[in-house]
Amino acid sequence: MIKNKKISQDVIAQTHHLRNEGIPFDASLIEGININRSAVERRAATIGTRRSVKKEYQAAWLLKAISCMDLTTLAGDDTQGNVHRLCAKAKNPVRKDLLEAMGMADAGITTGAVCVYHNLIPYAVEALKGTKIPIAAVSTGFPAGQISLQEKLKEIELSVAAGAKEIDIVISRALVLQSDWKALYDEIAACRKACGEVHMKTILATGEIPTFTKVAKASMVAMMAGSDFIKTSTGKESVNATLPVTLVMVRMIREYLELTGYKVGYKPAGGIAKAKDALNYLILMKEELGHDWLQPDLFRFGASSLLGDIERQLEHYVTGRYSASYRHPMA
Amino acid sequence: MSIKEIYQTMEYGPAPESNKESVEFLDKHKRKFPLFINGKWTKPSSGEYFESISPSTTEKLAQVAEANDKDVDDAVKAAKKALKPWVELGGHGRARYLYAIARQIQKHSRNFAVLESMDNGKPIRETRDIDIPLVARHFYHHAGWAQLMDTEMKDYKEIGVIGQIIPWNFPMLMLAWKIAPALAMGNTVVLKPAEFTSLTALLFADICKQVGLPDGVVNIITGHGSTGSALVNHPDVSKIAFTGSTEVGKIIRRATAGTGKKISLELGGKSPFIVFEDADLDSVVEGIVDAIWFNQGQVCCAGSRLLVQESVAEKLYKKIRTRMETLRVGNSLDKSIDIGAIVAPVQLKTIQNLVQQGKDEGNTCWQPSWECPKDGCFYPPTLFTNVSPSSIIAQEEIFGPVLVAMTFRSHGEAVKLANNTRYGLAASIWTENVNLALDIAPQIKAGTVWINCSNVFDAASGFGGYRESGYGREGGKEGLYEYVKHRAESEFKNDAPKLKTHEPSSKKENKSLPSIDRTPKLYIGGKQARPDGGNSITINDTYGNYISEVPKSSRKDIRNAVEAAHACTSWAGMTGHAKAQVLYYIAENLSIRADEFASRIVQMTNVSASEADKEVQASIERIYTYAAWADKYDGQVHHTTQRNVTLAMPERVGVMGIVCPDESPLLGFISTVIPAIAMGNSVVVIPSETSPLSATDFYQILETSDVPSGCINIVTGNRDELTKEMAKHDDIDGLWYFGSDQGSKDVELLSAENLKRTWVNYGKYRNWYDRTQGEGAEFLRHATEIKNIWIPYGA
Repeated sequence: MIKNKKISQDVIAQTHHLRNEGIPFDASLIEGININRSAVERRAATIGTRRSVKKEYQAAWLLKAISCMDLTTLAGDDTQGNVHRLCAKAKNPVRKDLLEAMGMADAGITTGAVCVYHNLIPYAVEALKGTKIPIAAVSTGFPAGQISLQEKLKEIELSVAAGAKEIDIVISRALVLQSDWKALYDEIAACRKACGEVHMKTILATGEIPTFTKVAKASMVAMMAGSDFIKTSTGKESVNATLPVTLVMVRMIREYLELTGYKVGYKPAGGIAKAKDALNYLILMKEELGHDWLQPDLFRFGASSLLGDIERQLEHYVTGRYSASYRHPMA
Repeated sequence: MSIKEIYQTMEYGPAPESNKESVEFLDKHKRKFPLFINGKWTKPSSGEYFESISPSTTEKLAQVAEANDKDVDDAVKAAKKALKPWVELGGHGRARYLYAIARQIQKHSRNFAVLESMDNGKPIRETRDIDIPLVARHFYHHAGWAQLMDTEMKDYKEIGVIGQIIPWNFPMLMLAWKIAPALAMGNTVVLKPAEFTSLTALLFADICKQVGLPDGVVNIITGHGSTGSALVNHPDVSKIAFTGSTEVGKIIRRATAGTGKKISLELGGKSPFIVFEDADLDSVVEGIVDAIWFNQGQVCCAGSRLLVQESVAEKLYKKIRTRMETLRVGNSLDKSIDIGAIVAPVQLKTIQNLVQQGKDEGNTCWQPSWECPKDGCFYPPTLFTNVSPSSIIAQEEIFGPVLVAMTFRSHGEAVKLANNTRYGLAASIWTENVNLALDIAPQIKAGTVWINCSNVFDAASGFGGYRESGYGREGGKEGLYEYVKHRAESEFKNDAPKLKTHEPSSKKENKSLPSIDRTPKLYIGGKQARPDGGNSITINDTYGNYISEVPKSSRKDIRNAVEAAHACTSWAGMTGHAKAQVLYYIAENLSIRADEFASRIVQMTNVSASEADKEVQASIERIYTYAAWADKYDGQVHHTTQRNVTLAMPERVGVMGIVCPDESPLLGFISTVIPAIAMGNSVVVIPSETSPLSATDFYQILETSDVPSGCINIVTGNRDELTKEMAKHDDIDGLWYFGSDQGSKDVELLSAENLKRTWVNYGKYRNWYDRTQGEGAEFLRHATEIKNIWIPYGA
């Protein structure tokens, strides 16, 4: 465990907790789970209305959102060229003059990671050389996960070998739909083993899970099987991250923490495009799980266009003028 | 703090809402508000003003006029003058005004929200997102009812001038709940806001002027208790609608007793919040936040008694404590707070005293580690655990952010604990088992039951209490009836109908043997019983000829009858169809013995045989009417704005006292008793005092018609003495009285103590043969209470 911790520190600057080693499969931990959708939605609806961050607080919070961002490109037409551009943006996500105006030029603000498909890892490694920005790869037959477990494990091994420091896996939705929790556990645990010392984020694809109760159960199974993060979506489902589904998942993280003492991270992905959305997620994390989950080792946004909106908001904070996207270097 | 520091601490920082518009409004009125009478700002004749203070800053916001008797009189006069044209304007015209008011409130919603937050101390989030949107919604919804009144309420008309007295906890929302339905149904109003929170009502007066509401339709008079008292006692006020404490509610009931003023009371509560072991506990915690830390717990329907199944109690308590640590208390205009200021120092003191008593009683008290702001009127969220039902904090309404928790072992015990209170305003039930939820909801004595949610409101749903939480509903179609009277009421007469009588021949028949003595007894618990006192009264016909004797009952006989009525549980549980079958059976058996009952009517009232036969036939027909209704008096599914099914279910009142009219001894008995039992009530009946034998003869019909024992109990004797005993009996839930003016007054006066539902005739006479006067939905409405059950759904 101590060895793990040391390596984690290389990967993620601010690690200060024990890595989740997982626990043996225990069906009793998921049997009693009941989630009431309407009540969850009511709570989620007031997350952003009960708290408000303004002015310098908002600027600081938005910079924090950037530091927790997995700047992502996951498209069929990804090439070396746009991956290089993405990495350059990850290193310098905010215009220097704006950072200076906010007194943050020396704060070392970068995104939390860069997230790409497996075959693009080498370009990212190249572009991020000399930085501490980890590369996250989506492996295991992303996004549908419709390949054999053997192939999934192989892909993980290849991604790790290629230089990924974080692996975002997708689960077999069929196992959730069929409530085959033990099989799901075994699959995720095998992936975790294949990841070795590299951190694993488990994508549940919540948009394809029919009930919140099943989302909660799948979250619990994923954590039992040793996930470092649980993540909502691939960004490719018709419904991706939402505040209600986030509530369901982070409450399970809290439950798992109380059971085991392990802190598991959370990553909402897909559909988070506005600075205001990002603030709501940060507020939710602070309210439900506390300050520790406002750091990149326990919280990430999976996003591609969010950064652009945050940049414009930051410029507005600095200048008092509403900004335009072309005023900020593109990724 | 620098951005770099904030980046480390990730604090929220201040987020003040601008109060610019509200300050402008106050300044425009030079921070001194006269009364709003007859569409004009009018100086109070007393010349006196009092301060309105912001409880979260202790800033003096404005001076507000104190209305005295003369001002109240002026306001009522203005409302009275405005009444006729307002009625004649018609439903559509009134709908246009209500619609305009709703629009105008929306257009100035932030100003209303900010002013309310400043004046009351409640968080701007709540006024902005809950109070004021509900206000606009209420006016929109009732604009619709104004439009539909002619078709949907055609048997009803306006009451007249309505006096309305509202509390300080939801100043603007309570104004809307009062004014919108009153105006929709064609009434005009004089409204008194609470002295702590007058300002939004005065802003509303501005809105009334802006939309050109006719002068006098809405009058706002500010002031203290004496102003309210003058309004309650004003002879030209036809109805009082009050929301506030149970104590004051009872005072109003007593003050208006016998005057014929209608009243609706929405009073206190100690509402149970029941958590079963299969509930989503994290959602339960947020439900508790909504239940008891909404509006600082100053909510009449606050879920203030937490009842948790033993198996999950400790787990839930731990989650609640964790959540309490993250609640934020502070200035009401800060957008990042959960709990604002307590309305006034006097209320803060009450809360502090009750919490201290709770501690002294040995209950476990827990408060979060953080401290409330020092200046301003604040109190932290508080949790008591291991509380016993006998504890003062488990019984008294605290009206603050204080939750008292206790555990239960079984479902039955949960229901018992939930109902172990004099109140009955609301309840919240948490379980993921729909069978359990729908089993428990009807068993809770409360006007609103929220399944897996709490403190959810909408204009389309009726809100109001059982027991000492008051009576009447606000919202929904059920709420409209508080602001109308049945058109048949104008047909009621001051004198009893005169029927032709013939004195029977005094010739004694010669018989070889004396006839067998028939001794009518009392009918209690399905058995004939002798009166406790062992006395009888003589029954004569209308010419004074002796007929028989009936038992002279006393309060002990009433007591026995009430106990028997409570013991009859089978009747209420029968289906509407099964009840109908019994009622038809009663009609059948009466029909077989029609001649005997007709002869008895002739004997007692000296009417002609054909007249008596007419009464018997009308009685049979009436029984048919209620047998027909027994499975057709449906509830509604309200179109509320949330994703849920809101069931408005008519439930039986419970054990009812029925005091029958003297006239029409059989038809009067049938017309009052049968609708009550058709709705599932058990009844204690005092039949016609002068002609009780139709009722005592009726035992045999009841015994042969499968009526469960205890469903109908009949107690003869001095009507008004027995009536008083029933009015004073706290285990009677409702009381109908068709007797004298004085008797009506006594019923209303003496029923105030337990706030039983009363329905009296103020000494007026109905024509029982006339179907619009003698039967119908009006009777069924008084035999039931509407419970709204909110059932959200979604997997």
